Amino acid sequence: MSVVIAKERVDEMKSSRRVLKTLEYTPTKVQKGYTDKTLYINLTDNQVEFKDIPAVVKEKFIGGKGYGLWHLWKGVNADTKWNDPENEIVISPGPIAGITQYPGAGKSLVVSISPITGTVIDSNVGGHFGPLMKFSGFDALEIQGKAEKDVVVFIDGNKGTISIEEAPVETVDSHILAEELTEMYADDEEDKRHISVVSSGQAAEHSYIGLLNFSFYDKRKKAQRLKQAGRGGIGTVFRDKKIKALIVKYKGVKGDSNAPVDVEKIKQVGMKLHKEVHDFDDEQCQMRQVGTANLFETMSDYDLLPVNNFQYGSHKDAAKTGGRAALKKVLQQDEPDGCWFGCSMSCAKSATAYELQTGPYKGQKVVVDGPEYETIAGVGSNCGIFDIDYVLECNFYCDTYGVDTISFGTLTAFAMECFERGVIDKEVTQGLELTFGNKEAAMELLHQMARGDGFGVIAGKGVREMRKLFVREYGADENLLLDIGMESKGLEYSQYVSKESLAQQGGYALTNKGPQHDEAWLIFMDMVNNQIPSFDDKAEALHYFPMFRTWFGLQGLCKLPWNDVEPISNRSVEGPEAAKVPEHVQNYVDLYNAVTGNNIDKQEMILQSERVYNFQKVFNIRLGVVGIEGDRAPYRSMGPVTKEEFLSREDRYDKQMKENIGIDPEGKSLEEKMKITRDFRESQFAQLRDTVYKRRGWTVEGIPKVEHLQNIGMDLPEVLEVVQPYFK
Amino acid sequence: MIQMNGRDHDWYEGMTIQSLITDLNYTYPILLIRVNGTFIEKENYGNTRVQKGDDVKIIHPIAGG
Repeated sequence: MSVVIAKERVDEMKSSRRVLKTLEYTPTKVQKGYTDKTLYINLTDNQVEFKDIPAVVKEKFIGGKGYGLWHLWKGVNADTKWNDPENEIVISPGPIAGITQYPGAGKSLVVSISPITGTVIDSNVGGHFGPLMKFSGFDALEIQGKAEKDVVVFIDGNKGTISIEEAPVETVDSHILAEELTEMYADDEEDKRHISVVSSGQAAEHSYIGLLNFSFYDKRKKAQRLKQAGRGGIGTVFRDKKIKALIVKYKGVKGDSNAPVDVEKIKQVGMKLHKEVHDFDDEQCQMRQVGTANLFETMSDYDLLPVNNFQYGSHKDAAKTGGRAALKKVLQQDEPDGCWFGCSMSCAKSATAYELQTGPYKGQKVVVDGPEYETIAGVGSNCGIFDIDYVLECNFYCDTYGVDTISFGTLTAFAMECFERGVIDKEVTQGLELTFGNKEAAMELLHQMARGDGFGVIAGKGVREMRKLFVREYGADENLLLDIGMESKGLEYSQYVSKESLAQQGGYALTNKGPQHDEAWLIFMDMVNNQIPSFDDKAEALHYFPMFRTWFGLQGLCKLPWNDVEPISNRSVEGPEAAKVPEHVQNYVDLYNAVTGNNIDKQEMILQSERVYNFQKVFNIRLGVVGIEGDRAPYRSMGPVTKEEFLSREDRYDKQMKENIGIDPEGKSLEEKMKITRDFRESQFAQLRDTVYKRRGWTVEGIPKVEHLQNIGMDLPEVLEVVQPYFK
Repeated sequence: MIQMNGRDHDWYEGMTIQSLITDLNYTYPILLIRVNGTFIEKENYGNTRVQKGDDVKIIHPIAGG
């Protein structure tokens, strides 16, 4: 059920607007997936500029995340902090984004300096904003500066107008704001689907975990649906710049709007995948029925589901609360549900007419987008809460308040463990009984973040800042909190238990932006399939997969159609190659060539990513994230921190001690066994790190070597200038 | 003893691919299974006997997460 916006409300918004800048432009037509234009906006002085994207930038950075990183690099310096005016938010969809014949081809990439990590963050998001912005004439939107008062930026891609306007009365929370602005800018009901809104919410103003919602209009539900650029606090930057919303309006999306070189080839590749989804999804992942949440029950079965702050990996109530059957009862499944046109995988699920039980919107019946796997695991099992209604409530409020469900889940779980271990008490939490399973306290924590009061303000700064505060003010044991605080580089871990997969420990910590599994998810290859047993095998996987998956972010693609449906051809692929899904990789090569007219192969595809990946690594170094400390992993990501954790899997650890370490556990005390296990696992991680760095062409301190940068073609003078001091 | 994804695994009389999957609680919906290099179709899991010393590979072809 959507929020209805009255005409009087629209009139009120219109009459309170103050136009700060308006100008006309002639939209550049898309050619071969590109417009080669960036729209630059500086909110400090309302400067608007149309920049040409140089050919060398197109060649080396491709688009999407690559364009975001390049623009950001140019806009900031080595000392820039997240809330400095020169920090930017860059949105870019990438060259393939906007085609409608292949599933998952409408993504935008958002790049900024993160408040929670202090370094570069990127986030991949659905919704219609990116493609509509490209069809309006821009490959990238680069926003710098800070407005004095709340503003909106409106791009009309048909009329060719851009305006910056003060918007004092519009609601901040996304589920209302997206509807208000759609009602305001649409000519009629039919016109609403031509509008996409980017917005955040109240909690982004008081926390470091703010997200951006990208909308798409759902004709059937008559509602703006929301997809999230969740990770790293870009919504916090957005609200710090006093942006209430970005709106794009473009009418005229067609199958050839991206002006590809060979649309027939795209159709041919697309039809092949549509057929696979049609034929196999019901018996495989059921993405069309329950979306990514299909993983929840499976993760519990494989001891990979985070429970109680990643202490444990399974729970008896998992199937009951987040299993496929339970999800089918609450999710609408009887209609196609994709976040961009033509996506037959249709995983963008929702619960409709959910009646809110708490908070400022209590009693409203709303559409809840999701829940995704990460949300059910993060705000649910990892906080010891097994209640699907709570998950929906929390999911809705996280979205509309503009906070990341992954970080909210992991930081709440950390606070709960600190509470249960006596590190903090009700005096610190200002009355919240933050025990595992206490859903009322968890919801109140979220409402506090939105209001900017109570313990919510402390928790909203994330695990790293909480840890520092608890040590500094309350005498907490720093070593314990370093072990159980599930963050790396300041970013909260996403929701997989990595203790039994050394490769995944690297997949989380040896990353550019922090422990988000979108670089590499190797748990099954490593722990279950045993396909990458040696350090060299794991390092090869930790080279290939981060590079391959970076490519989705360069192109504006979703990774789900890559391996959430299995083609028949994969049956004849043996060894680790099967995990790559070679047929689908070739699909992507074909799509890129058919859109751009270039002629790359699978090797060139990886090279495209490798350039950008190494650029991002150097960007981190430029911003001060240097050396192995920058890739530190909490011990809980590697092994059992506490006695109860060890004892819960004692047989496993004893067996490993005998078989893998060569020490007989018989007669050893619990403390001795825990130390032996820890020493071994930490040494394994260190050895993995060294091997991965070497494979990636980096020094033992994680600095890309000059020769490597030259070999891959990322030897721009400003890049070499950053790394060269480390080789003197 | 059999080799199960390259690791030693206890064998018992009457073991089938289906019983092995059940024993291991492998509930992921996409599995690629080979016994001594021969691909096993899903409909044959129940009637494919695992012999002592067999090399069984049950691959979860997921690297997505």
